[in-house]
Amino acid sequence: MSTSGKLRHPLLNVSARPQREMWSGRKVFILAAIGSAVGLGNIWRFPYVAYENGGGAFMIPYLIALLTAGIPLLFLDYAVGHRFRGSPPLALRRLHPKAEAIGWWQVGICFVIAVYYAVIIAWAGMYVIFSFTTAWGDDAAGFFTGEFLQVSDQVNVGFDFVPSVLIPLILVWGVVITILALGVQKGIARTAVVFIPLLLIMFIILVVQALFLEGAWTGLDALFTPDWTRLGDSSIWVAAYGQIFFSLSVGFGIMITYSSYLRRKTDLTGSGFVVGFANSGFEILAGIGVFAALGFMAAASGVGVDEVAVSGIGLAFIAFPTIIAQAPAGVLLGVLFFGSLVFAGLTSLISIVEVIIAAVQDKSSWSRARSTLVVGIPLALISILLFPTTTGLNLLDVTDAFVNSFGIVAVALVAVVAMSAGFSALPRLREHVNATSSIRLGRSWQIFIGGVTPVVLGYILIDTLTTRISEGYGGLPGWFVGIFGWGMVIALVLIAYLLSKIPWSHRSAIHDENIHGPILDAELDANIATTDKTTGDRAVLPGTAASASVPGDGERRSQ
Amino acid sequence: MSAAAIVMMIIALLAVWGGLGLALLNLKWHPEAIDDEEADVVAQGGESVPPLR
Repeated sequence: MSTSGKLRHPLLNVSARPQREMWSGRKVFILAAIGSAVGLGNIWRFPYVAYENGGGAFMIPYLIALLTAGIPLLFLDYAVGHRFRGSPPLALRRLHPKAEAIGWWQVGICFVIAVYYAVIIAWAGMYVIFSFTTAWGDDAAGFFTGEFLQVSDQVNVGFDFVPSVLIPLILVWGVVITILALGVQKGIARTAVVFIPLLLIMFIILVVQALFLEGAWTGLDALFTPDWTRLGDSSIWVAAYGQIFFSLSVGFGIMITYSSYLRRKTDLTGSGFVVGFANSGFEILAGIGVFAALGFMAAASGVGVDEVAVSGIGLAFIAFPTIIAQAPAGVLLGVLFFGSLVFAGLTSLISIVEVIIAAVQDKSSWSRARSTLVVGIPLALISILLFPTTTGLNLLDVTDAFVNSFGIVAVALVAVVAMSAGFSALPRLREHVNATSSIRLGRSWQIFIGGVTPVVLGYILIDTLTTRISEGYGGLPGWFVGIFGWGMVIALVLIAYLLSKIPWSHRSAIHDENIHGPILDAELDANIATTDKTTGDRAVLPGTAASASVPGDGERRSQ
Repeated sequence: MSAAAIVMMIIALLAVWGGLGLALLNLKWHPEAIDDEEADVVAQGGESVPPLR
């Protein structure tokens, strides 16, 4: 790696470029990572996926998927971010120069998710207010698509704005940009420290309230009654791995970015287990709360739970308002439910936008405030221009479906294959994790990342691809799906490649030879030398601390 | 609620929340280490600061 003369020796580094921001401790990192992982999907996706895929029996593939894919992928992201100290483009470029484009692909995916994710938070914010008067009356579905969103019959992109969505959306972006401009510790960390405990308390109260509703135990019976015959069905295993994968915020850069702000000697695996189990703990809690409420809805309507069980937007903005209108103390239930969506959504959105800001900051070496504004304002404008309109719902639907199925899954698949087979980076990353962590990773971790995860992600990708090609999407016109679905996911790949070709600023962190500082690097190398028994291929680690800061290190490793 | 559903609910809660409890205990047994240079950065509230070296 080429560097300017004045940066060549770490101890003589006189550059004015600011040091990387840092979490004040692992507690705030864990809370921020939980805030990122616990999002809308935990509340509105998990309960239905579990119910549809064997009920109580689903918990077995779910727990296996957590331990063999979710937590191992979390460790992989932590290892990359912590070892290479950067946003996805910088960290992956440090891992291997050809990997930078994968990092920009992840940044692009975060960009697309951010523009529509904010809109759902704005809806939830409005529904907190609507809950006080049960504004939807007896027709929650009609209110949502009619009076509230004013959904057009035309499937296109229009600019007929809906003020009741536009105004809260502007507020959401104002809050997110302000928090992110404050920085990692003063903004993101302090938000997580307040929001996550608040979210947990609110959701526990909601669950307790839901459990006392008539019919609640019927709902739980539907959720947890095991259908053991389904365990032989491959689809429930795919559903379990898919749920864990989408739920944990792994594979698209968030955890790489967050772990890059960790201290040098952080216990990565210890922190990762807390984040992984906390995320799943919240999902189980959400399952209990949601199905207790659906049990009440079924009892009140005199129908079976199967007739009222839904997921996603239908659950949050149609089924739950119906429940709130009928339940005793429904106002409290509504405020707690939609308030939880707002808090869970905001902490996730902050983490998604942070990936983009960190990438721009790393590449340009701009200040935090400047990078936040350069990223945040265009992001907010695109979001505000396209989604709070009478045509925004279809656009959101297509964008969400395609960026998840062919963005997140595809980039995660490419990343794990590149890191395992392409760059042979897994042994080195395992050594890095083991040098600083309380729970050591064995070779099984490499098998889970290099074997289990690519197979599962590959299956999910091909299965969805064949379905979309043969059936289209949601009965929407081909041109609409072609531009905002297929076109968008292909454009993300092309743009990522082009961004990887833009030269890095001469002041950017890519020119640092020393990433961790000489003390830890010496310790890491000593640790690796004594514990490493592997002799296989190694990743190319250009310009990393381990390869640059310890004299004679290269020779020692090659022995 | 059937006995099978109750058992599966308890197993799910014990496995996940129990796992979380053990993970938290593990963290308690392994307090984090801080070196002097990082302590200086954290003292600045985690903000970007000029290099100390």
